[in-house]
Order: sequence, then structure tokens, then C-alpha cells
Amino acid sequence: MTNRVVLDPTSERQLATRELLARPKSIVDQTVGLLDISKARGDVFLNQLESRLVAAGAKVLRFRKPTFTKPAPVDLRHEISTKCTLVIEALAD
Amino acid sequence: MTALQNPLRDGWSLIVKRECATCAMIVPVIARLARELSALTVYTQDDPSFPEGVDSVDDSDLAASWHADIDTVPTLILRRDGAEVSRTAGWVRQEWRELTGIADLGADLPEFRPGCGSMSVDPDIVDKLRVRFGGEILHARKIEIADAEDEFEAMFARGYTDGLPVVPPTPERVMRMLAGTTRDPQEVVAIAPPDLVELTIEKIAINAVMAGCLPEYFPWVVAALEAICTDGFNMHGVLATTMPVGPVLVCNGPGTRKINMNSGVNALGQGNRANLTIGRAVQLTIRNVGGGRPGEVDRAAHGNPGKLSFCFAEDELGSPFTSLSVARGFDPSQNTVTAFTGEGPRCVVDQLARQPDQLAQTFAACLRTVHHPKLPFAFDAMLVIGPEHARVFAEAKWGRERLLTEINDRLQLPGSEIVRGAGGMAEGVQEAFKDAVLPKFRPGGLLLVHAGGSAGLFSAIIGGWASGSLGSDPVTKLVAE
Repeated sequence: MTNRVVLDPTSERQLATRELLARPKSIVDQTVGLLDISKARGDVFLNQLESRLVAAGAKVLRFRKPTFTKPAPVDLRHEISTKCTLVIEALAD
Repeated sequence: MTALQNPLRDGWSLIVKRECATCAMIVPVIARLARELSALTVYTQDDPSFPEGVDSVDDSDLAASWHADIDTVPTLILRRDGAEVSRTAGWVRQEWRELTGIADLGADLPEFRPGCGSMSVDPDIVDKLRVRFGGEILHARKIEIADAEDEFEAMFARGYTDGLPVVPPTPERVMRMLAGTTRDPQEVVAIAPPDLVELTIEKIAINAVMAGCLPEYFPWVVAALEAICTDGFNMHGVLATTMPVGPVLVCNGPGTRKINMNSGVNALGQGNRANLTIGRAVQLTIRNVGGGRPGEVDRAAHGNPGKLSFCFAEDELGSPFTSLSVARGFDPSQNTVTAFTGEGPRCVVDQLARQPDQLAQTFAACLRTVHHPKLPFAFDAMLVIGPEHARVFAEAKWGRERLLTEINDRLQLPGSEIVRGAGGMAEGVQEAFKDAVLPKFRPGGLLLVHAGGSAGLFSAIIGGWASGSLGSDPVTKLVAE
């Protein structure tokens, strides 16, 4: 029958599914990256987190996106992935 | 078997059909040519027994007619060394004599008779032929709709729609859409956010079909997508923001009138196919190809109805102002799409102002409230001036720059009025700015467009979003045919 076939309007991508890493047994000696997305008062939240994490024995590295409206630049993502064992991203709203 | 290439050989080829009166009239001529020209091939579109007494090739699958680009029968073609030398359509006696070298051909026939339409350009079957003979250019996955399925419901069920029914993108319809451009279907025109997918002409065409576009709208859809899929426009952020914004598309140039876009009565509203479907095709493409769906990457708290489609043309011919595209560096003869990140429009009423400074004051007062009257500099805005308001400025000989300057001069906000807490409102600028004067709009942050119906002393404001490198810049792209 005609008109019973349509063309796929999507990207036809099969999204890769990624398994979550196993939860670390302890936060002690983990390097935790805190990514500030540059939204107002995100730093207030992250400062609190940093002090709690350090008190718990973790090492903390701080990172910042140029703007909250765009994805983190590739270089920044790479830097975080090479320097950190864990990462926390501060969203807003 | 379906011929996929031009089957015409060297020598003469004649394409006819029985139903054509001119073809029937020249049967004696055809018979004579068959006797005298050994290198003649006659192709018959509708009845292989026609013309009687002549060995003809059955072209009922219209392969020869399609590949030889026949729009009229009879058409006589001469080919030499694999290439066409000459052709004549209909019966033009002198041309037939020159083409065949037979000086007294058709002596008893009139000098001229127009031909008839070729079956290969019959509107009822041309789409099928386009797929049969050109369909290999389509690479998209084919999805079969089961017999028991309603094809419109099937599109909903697969998540392809924006909440309204879409036209099912059959190969025939997509091929017809691709006739609206000369660009290669597999050309990548942009990287579509948020999934950062290579966006091909073919995928855009599929979504343009779904939106209800005509092929002549297609270059405008492509230009709009080229505009929004830039780092400057930042479609990713426009989707991801919790604010109620989406691409607002302003079309400029003589092409807007060629495709009958609306820049007049109800320009920002419903009722015009080009306006509505161009904007909708852009949004459907971002949804389906880019993966930008509400509730996923699209995090808008409220959204706005313009996120279905928000596209209109500027009324250039009736405007006292230079147009938006000219102000942005393009020539009036060029067709352009300007993408602006905006919310829904709101009305500015001023039915009493007859002096330009009075109306500028009204515009400033209303523009000050964009997103919040105490928030300066952060958001752009588009002012769509209606013709009756524009007339006030035209009579005073205020052009675009004068008007923008006058409005911006009235929007220098004293820190004391917009500091946090002022006016009983917590929102506002930090205490450090309480003695400063801050502009409502950044330089160039207020855009001016002329559109609307000829009656009504109204204009419209379209509030923007986080402006500049922080968020989004307006982007203008040329429309390539």
C-alpha cells in the first residue's frame, strides 16, 4: 500500500547506556570536583559542600563553567575527568 | 524492470501518447520517420499499440519520459555521442524539418499545434516517479505503518509530534519537499542541539513535511535552523532554560512576499501557512533530530504557545524604518531569517499619542517591564511596531536609529529605583549599584520590526532571554535557494 511507509524524522541514534560506577566505600582520600555552573548563589551552596567534604576527609577541586546556559567546554570536562574521582555539579533554579 | 538511468540512445527519440490530439494528428509523420530514419525510437506513454504500424517502446512506467525530462508530448529529441543535441516539443513543423533533415516533412499538416502534458509531469503521479527514479538519494530509515494503524495516530505513538497532528513523511512527500532546494540531501547544514547531531537536508525535509510546509518554504526552514544552531544563538541554552522562550523567526526580503508570508493583519497569530509551518518545522527538527523535548532537556517552567511556531515577516513595503535585516547589514534584495530568543508577545496600547516623544515614552515605560521592571541589562527585547504607531514616527521623520536612541535614553534606570528592596520588591540589583544608572538594554539589545494590521494604535513587545555571550545573541542568515 502506498503512504504506509514513513521516513524516520529522528537522528536514528542509539544512545549508549552507561553503567553507574560502583559507589565508593569511603569518601576519605577521594578527589571530589565541584563544578559551579556560574548561576547566582551556586557558590554559596558549593562552599557549604566543600567544607563538609573536606571535614569528611576528601580532597576538593573547584571548577567553573563560563556560563550556565551552555554545556561545559570539552577541555573543562576532560580536566575534571582526569583530576577527579568524583564530581558534583551545582544546578540552580 | 525499472530503468534507473536515461534509456535514450543516440539518434532520434520521440515521446508520444495516444490520448494527445497532436500526437494523433502527426501519426503519418511518425510513420514516415519510422521508414526513413533508422535511428528513430518511439516511446509511447499510455498505449504501446500507438502509433499503429510503428514499432514503439512501451514507456508506461514513464522511465524514458522521466529521465529525458519530458513535460510535453510529442517531444522529438536528437542525441549524438551520448548527449542531447536538440529537441522540439509539440508540433512546430519547421523545427521538426530541421531536426530530421527532411525538408518536406508534414507538408499537409498545419505549421503549428501545441502539444499535450506529458504523463510524467501529471501531478497525481509525479511524486511516485520522483521516489521511483530518484529515491535512492533518501537515506533515512523507513518505518512501516501497520495496516491496522492510523497513520496520524502512529506519529503520535512514536513520539514524533509537538502535540498537534503531523503530516506523515512518506518518501513521496519528502522527495517533493527536496524539490524546494538544490542542496544535496546528505549535506550537513548544522550540528543540532541538544544531542549535537549532524543535521542533514534530508532530515530537515522530513520534519518540514511533518510541519505542513510547501517546498518553496524549505530554504527558509534551513536558514532558520542554520541560525539557531550556532554558538551565538545557543539553542541548547534556549531549550534548557527554565524561562519561557524559544526561537522567534523574523523573515525579511522580497522572498517573503513570493511565498505569501503574512506581515500584516494578525502577523504574529494564526492563519498563514508559511508563517506557521516554517516556524513549526524548525521546532520539530530540534525536537526530533536534535532531541530537544519538553521535560527532558527542555526545562521551561511555563513555556509559551510560540514554542510550537513563532515566525513572521516584516512589513517592509509599508515601513518608515529601515528593515531589521538591513539594520543588521544585509541588502534589501536579500532574503534572510533573523532568529531571536523570545517569549510570547504582549500588546502596547497607546491610542492617544500623536507626537513621537509621547509614543517613545510609552514604549519605554512598557519595555521597562520586560521580565521585571527592576532588572536592567540582562535581557534583550523585540519591539514590533504596528503601522498606525509607525505613522506617528513617519510624520515626525524619526527613523529607526532616532527611535531606538529616544527609547534607550528613557530607559536609563536609577539604581535607587531598582536596588533590591526598592518599591517593596525583593528583586533588583545589588546594593553596590544603588547610586549607579543602568540601561535597561545592552547596546543593540532592543530590536525593531515593523509588522501588523493597518488598523489599531498598538504595537507588540517580545521579551528576550539572557543576552549576549551569557545566553543568546540574535543571528541572521541568508536564505539560500
